[in-house]
Amino acid sequence: MLLRHTPTEIKERSALNINPAKTCQPIGAMYAGLGIKGCLPHSHGSQGCCAYHRSTLTRHYKEPVSAATSSFTEGASVFGGQANLLQAIENIFSVYEPEIIAVHTTCLSETIGDDLNQIVDKAVKEGKVPDGKQVIFASTPSYVGSHVTGFSNMVKGMVKCLAVSSGKKNGKVNIIPGWVEPADMEEIKRIAGMIGVSFTMFPDTSGVLNGPLTGEYHMFPDAGTPAEDIRAAGDAIGTLALGEWCSADAARTLDSQCKVPCRVLDMPIGLKATDRFIDALRVVAGTSVPDTVNFERGQLIDVISDYHQYFFGKKVALVGDPDQLIALTEFLLTLDMQPVHVVTGTPGKKFEARIRELCAGKGFDVNVRAAGDMFLLHQWIKNEPVDLIMGNTYCKYIVRDEDIPYVRFGFPIMDRVGHQYFPVTGYKGGIRLMEKILGVLLDRADRDAPEEKFELVY
Amino acid sequence: MTTLKTDPGVDLESFVDEVTSLYPPKVAKKRRAHMVVRKDGDPGLAQQIEANTRTVPGIITQRGCCYAGCKGVVIGPYGDMVHIVHGPVGCSFYAWLTRRNQFRARGEAGKNYLSYCFTTDMQDEDIIFGGEKKLAQAIREAAAIFRPEAISVHATCPVGLIGDDIQAVARELSKETGIPVMAFNCEGYKGVSQSAGHHIANNKIFDMALGTREREAGRFSVNVLGEYNIGGDAYEIERVLEKCGIEVVATFSGNSVYEDMCTAHSANLNLVMCHRSINYLAEMMETKFGIPWMKVNFIGMRSMSQSLRKIARYFDDAALTARIESVIAEEEARAETALAAYMPGLEGKTAMLFVGGSRAHHYMHLMRDLGMEPLVAGFEFAHRDDYEGRRVIPTIRVDADSKNIEELKVTADPERYRPRLDPAYREQLEREGLLSSYEGMWDDMGEGTLVIDDVSHVEIEKLIHRMNPDIICSGIKDKYVIEKFGVPCKQLHNYDYSGPYAGYEGAVNFARDVYAMIHSPAWKLTRSPFDTGPTLTAGLND
Repeated sequence: MLLRHTPTEIKERSALNINPAKTCQPIGAMYAGLGIKGCLPHSHGSQGCCAYHRSTLTRHYKEPVSAATSSFTEGASVFGGQANLLQAIENIFSVYEPEIIAVHTTCLSETIGDDLNQIVDKAVKEGKVPDGKQVIFASTPSYVGSHVTGFSNMVKGMVKCLAVSSGKKNGKVNIIPGWVEPADMEEIKRIAGMIGVSFTMFPDTSGVLNGPLTGEYHMFPDAGTPAEDIRAAGDAIGTLALGEWCSADAARTLDSQCKVPCRVLDMPIGLKATDRFIDALRVVAGTSVPDTVNFERGQLIDVISDYHQYFFGKKVALVGDPDQLIALTEFLLTLDMQPVHVVTGTPGKKFEARIRELCAGKGFDVNVRAAGDMFLLHQWIKNEPVDLIMGNTYCKYIVRDEDIPYVRFGFPIMDRVGHQYFPVTGYKGGIRLMEKILGVLLDRADRDAPEEKFELVY
Repeated sequence: MTTLKTDPGVDLESFVDEVTSLYPPKVAKKRRAHMVVRKDGDPGLAQQIEANTRTVPGIITQRGCCYAGCKGVVIGPYGDMVHIVHGPVGCSFYAWLTRRNQFRARGEAGKNYLSYCFTTDMQDEDIIFGGEKKLAQAIREAAAIFRPEAISVHATCPVGLIGDDIQAVARELSKETGIPVMAFNCEGYKGVSQSAGHHIANNKIFDMALGTREREAGRFSVNVLGEYNIGGDAYEIERVLEKCGIEVVATFSGNSVYEDMCTAHSANLNLVMCHRSINYLAEMMETKFGIPWMKVNFIGMRSMSQSLRKIARYFDDAALTARIESVIAEEEARAETALAAYMPGLEGKTAMLFVGGSRAHHYMHLMRDLGMEPLVAGFEFAHRDDYEGRRVIPTIRVDADSKNIEELKVTADPERYRPRLDPAYREQLEREGLLSSYEGMWDDMGEGTLVIDDVSHVEIEKLIHRMNPDIICSGIKDKYVIEKFGVPCKQLHNYDYSGPYAGYEGAVNFARDVYAMIHSPAWKLTRSPFDTGPTLTAGLND
């Protein structure tokens, strides 16, 4: 047993987090920064953080993840990291020539209280930032929130440092997709394109973290949202923020900073959340939904109807990030499944309330915990077994011990391919999720059926 | 020393000038000192490299931090201990199962916590009001739920800054729980790399655990120091040593339990694999207990055999020597048969190695066994002695960035110090360079090779463009950068999830993996047929 020491009996813990269902802020900021065209993320802290964040993103994407670091020493940790950051900015622009550097912080620089605003200002005044290039920044203390918070903070940083209102609206809609995969960003753009909306999406990692192999390496692929587009986001007619945890802060900041009205929606995962997203796009753009979109929607309904009997009543354990889990929970409920255990490591009581609200009156009790961990999830599963678990790669240890059908979902997925190339958002993504769930459920039925009950057709 | 068979046709001195000219002048001067073009016939005394100095901010280094060197590398592999990371969640999360140090629990009821990740998950209130109480409570909870053999506590960046006294908490909770609690002040900003963490881990093992329990060890007993059982390397090493009749008391720290850490002083010889991470412990054990150490290399068939012969020479026993020779003959013959399929596809292939603090050297021997040629090599965080040999240690100046890493004062144990060798024989072995000696990487690199310390991203890019190697050995952060160029990258930290690569079986595994990688169809398919054909075709039928 891989997790042989996990007891069934649950004792409340107040200090020890075991098998965390989250990681720390800066990796989210790094991921967001990679969604700007020509951007090099920069970690203002000691270099271990940067190495770890790059490694984790690389293990997830099997792609280059470039980022620089201030490489704090003990001296800098006592006297401040200004000199390190100034030197880094100079070196980065002269050696790697990015269009933009997106600086985030760590628990080290946050604890000592380095003032990024002041340091970046000094870099500009000292001519360390070449003409036409820029340095944006966000404060991302690792001891607050989670990686999701870090993502949100950097997206907010993009708005704060770049977006301006010229006083003249440009007719575009901003879409802030939240922490979804490059394939999902591609899908969200495709859907918005089908609706006929003129939009700017940021950040956008499609083409950056799912790029081709051509024999040539480009540190800055021809992808990502151009900085000038984010600047012009201040002139948009509205913003659709997908996910309260990932995107709402940036959208509200844009509203107060540039008077761009915003609406916060769920991530478009599953039928109903996709319906609401498309409806919002239609309304904001004043267009009608084309048949092609309804056709895709109908395909999703068709699969639900064809295979409903295998979803019905199945108990599911979920672990991951709040925005994804809220939408996923709703989708599983649409399929008549029962998400009985739901854990996120990211704090926020609103999460628990939202999951309870979604599951209310569905005929089962839900265990839900924000700021929970995977040790607790495993104990819940031992007490009330499930038919399926959905979560990141670390679930595989529970899965093997408890012999549960398993669909990889969320971040990080370090042992399979697919998440960077095929979306889970939109109607197409809904079909893909169902395909994956059915795959593991029916494989299990095939594995366990007595020979005389083994079926050819499902 | 060997010289290149394959001349890459690059004037290395001007190449180095060209690469460093990409940097602002001050940085260029600094980086230049970290690059040495090896000259033939230089015994390593005239040439000198700069190493173990601070990383240039913004340069895109491969390096990690002190915490990674301590918890991630040296202490993390102990499987029956609970390792608690005192800090915000990230440090523990990123080191959760990402280094492939394999571990087998001792027996059916044996403890194994390696699949778990433990952290105090510090919040902003812990930063403001201090995290000592939370740490104490976390240790209590770990002790109550798991009853491990021992608990380790690892400090992360903010812990040192806010002044949490983790040593005091550890002492107090050791008493309260009855479980040994070892606290490591391995804050990420200490030193300039992982290296500081190795030293801190060595000190604490020596100070708190080593020699605290007794065990009977046989005459031919050894410890394997600096072997972390990545991909099962230690299993293969143990298999061969045991077949030779050599008893392994403890490995530091692959496939190890807390007990091993406490009883290792009972062995009669220390074998040092990774010199960088564990030479401190080897030195201190010799001073305190009288256990000599020798550098070995179990990577590559010939180095493995050579290392076994060194061990035979040390124990100086006819029966043992005969047994070792018969094991060598049998194992080499079997490996050579298995290698025959791959050798023709590897002969003459050129390589570059940029790995941590020891493998860039160890794997050169294996590559040469396979007919491959290392053109360029470097370490992330090794010191000058790992490049130039231990003879330069007296000339190494500890700079301001590393001076706060404690050096323990060690003296002979009045009761337990026991010289393992007759003084005359010891002197003879020392003269032969068998004891307390490491020649360093560049003794094995000849004319026309390049050594680069703490290589940066841009330097690797330029090397690929100019020298077009057949393969580069590096880590996860570089792998996909290198492969976008169409050059295969063999990860020599995690072996691309394969292994073992040590010993005789490892040599065959490595050859197979590298052969498959170099000859993957992917590299020949990168050019699309639509780009090369004529833009206009007359029809579909011709």
